[in-house]
Amino acid sequence: MLRKISALLAAAVFMTAGVASAEILINGAGATFPYPLYSKWFSEYAKIDTSVKFNYQSIGSGGGIKQITAQTVDFGASDKFLSDEELKAAPGKLLHIPTVMGAVVVTYNIPGVAKGLKLNSEDVANIFLGKITKWNDKRIVDDNPGVNLPDKAIIVVHRSDGSGTTSIFTDYLSGVNSDWAKKVGKGASVKWPVGLGGKGNEGVAGQIKTTQYTIGYVELAYAFENKLPYATLKNKAGSWVEPSIQTTSAAAAAAIKNMPADYRISLVNQPAKDAYPVVGFTWLLVYQDQKDKVKGKKMVEFLTWSLHKGQKMAAPMLYAPLPESVVKMVEKTIKTIN
Amino acid sequence: MPHVTFKTDTEPFPGAAGDRRFKRLTGFFALSILIILGIMIFQMTRESLPSITKFGFHFLTGSNWDAVQEDFASLPYLYGSVVSAVLAILLATPLSVATALFITEIAHHKVGSMVASLVELLAAIPSVIYGLWGVLVMAPWLQRTVQPWLIDHFGFLPFFSGAPYGVSMMAGVLILAVMIIPIITAISREVLLAVPQSQREAAIALGATRWEMIRIAVLPYGRSGILGAVILGLGRAIGETMAVTMVIGNAPQISLSLLSPAYTMPSVIANEFAETTSKLHSSALMEIGLILLVVTLIVNVIARFLVWSVTKGQTKEVV
Repeated sequence: MLRKISALLAAAVFMTAGVASAEILINGAGATFPYPLYSKWFSEYAKIDTSVKFNYQSIGSGGGIKQITAQTVDFGASDKFLSDEELKAAPGKLLHIPTVMGAVVVTYNIPGVAKGLKLNSEDVANIFLGKITKWNDKRIVDDNPGVNLPDKAIIVVHRSDGSGTTSIFTDYLSGVNSDWAKKVGKGASVKWPVGLGGKGNEGVAGQIKTTQYTIGYVELAYAFENKLPYATLKNKAGSWVEPSIQTTSAAAAAAIKNMPADYRISLVNQPAKDAYPVVGFTWLLVYQDQKDKVKGKKMVEFLTWSLHKGQKMAAPMLYAPLPESVVKMVEKTIKTIN
Repeated sequence: MPHVTFKTDTEPFPGAAGDRRFKRLTGFFALSILIILGIMIFQMTRESLPSITKFGFHFLTGSNWDAVQEDFASLPYLYGSVVSAVLAILLATPLSVATALFITEIAHHKVGSMVASLVELLAAIPSVIYGLWGVLVMAPWLQRTVQPWLIDHFGFLPFFSGAPYGVSMMAGVLILAVMIIPIITAISREVLLAVPQSQREAAIALGATRWEMIRIAVLPYGRSGILGAVILGLGRAIGETMAVTMVIGNAPQISLSLLSPAYTMPSVIANEFAETTSKLHSSALMEIGLILLVVTLIVNVIARFLVWSVTKGQTKEVV
């Protein structure tokens, strides 16, 4: 009996191995934010090149970095770029390939104020620091003439789970307020001075929808899909900017002059007039020297496709596509993979 | 049955070898659980070593949790877990035992079995569903009606001071209570069903009313079993992650007020582990996991002790 079972098991193992070798399987893991777009890309790409199959697990940026460093996957994905130490810890040269951009919007629930509340970046920081505590604080009222702001306490809602959204948002706050930079800093999870924690975009959004006088932050795509009211922010150039796909892409276009060759750049608070200030890249992490040359070649083909055909799918899914200038730059980077 | 042994090992039955093999196989499976537990404890301790050596005992007594500055201490999480679970048990136990008594002793058996299967249905609902209901329905209701009322009438007590946020320790306790009621009820029901009919008949024959019968004959007999059910509920409450995370507000603070947000150990692990920013961060989370394991262990030991002391008293009474 035992012999029979082991024979069956062995047969099963051989059979799955046989199936797998029929096509090239490329495994990846990482960020959850671009997951909907990536899975669309992979399923569309499977129609073009049937010899390759991409498998992506959205386990979070931190997990993606760990797995690509340990080489348990063929590519990683992350909403934050690796530090110099993290790059050194990797066994080979890791490339950051920007794929699309995301933005974070400030959303709120004030009865009677539908949308378009204007918020100075300094005020946003002070609200999240707990220094502005009432909606009718003079600093907010001054920017919103004609808007009837209530004499109610502001309830701050933030993400409780570590996330790239929090990374971008706290990066933005650190850039506009030195107090924030000193006391809190930036990161996927920070020590919030005030407020409630909601799990995921849906947790924060749910909290804000059901609780009056709240303020919080969610991904642009999430806010648009769920028709949440969002604030217009004052950017570094001093102009009021609404969050949108265009103003997000504009931030990357504005950064092209300072774009480092490894794309490890924060896109928040770009000085251009039309640039929304709370914006970040999301990257794929790929080794420049591919161990498996066949996989490496397929990877390059896919990345090239994603830069052209793939970018066109981004905007309808509410991701900001890379501006043309960045696409040209990334094209060259991809060619160095072998 | 410690004295029953079969001498299959020495007898030349054709099945003897199979029996030996079966004995070894079951022994191996039983042992594997211990081995897995051992590996888990070893691995968790090893992973949390950086945090243990860096923060030492302060990890248990401090309350700062800052991933950016890499300073970690776990007291608010420990407090949140223990307080929410204990309060949930205090709330759920009377309700559950009463429900179980209704099912077994009072209701017509058709009604009783219907209620019983409904309760079991509750136990089968995934915790994330409870969480969604909690955050979308219960928390707003708490915020708009219950909590303002509490603040107006009992706001002078430290337990009900502060602003009504909806999500709070109170919401966490309520959702936990709702989740453990089915477990405690279902087990208590089984326990009460096991009470011999003769006990009840004897009490009635002595002229007891129904309540007296329950008090004198049924409850003392099922005491240790019901206690076991409560402890199982407590275990579930301490380990519950998803539903609590969604309604407790996730703010690592220690506050007497039931209206202020809190945080629990499983919640912080679930929230932050996937996106840890440094080795020390994941190590600190691992240490919280270790503390959670120890807390669960302590709860189980206390439970054993309680059940043991109660059963001892019971045998005296019965004999």
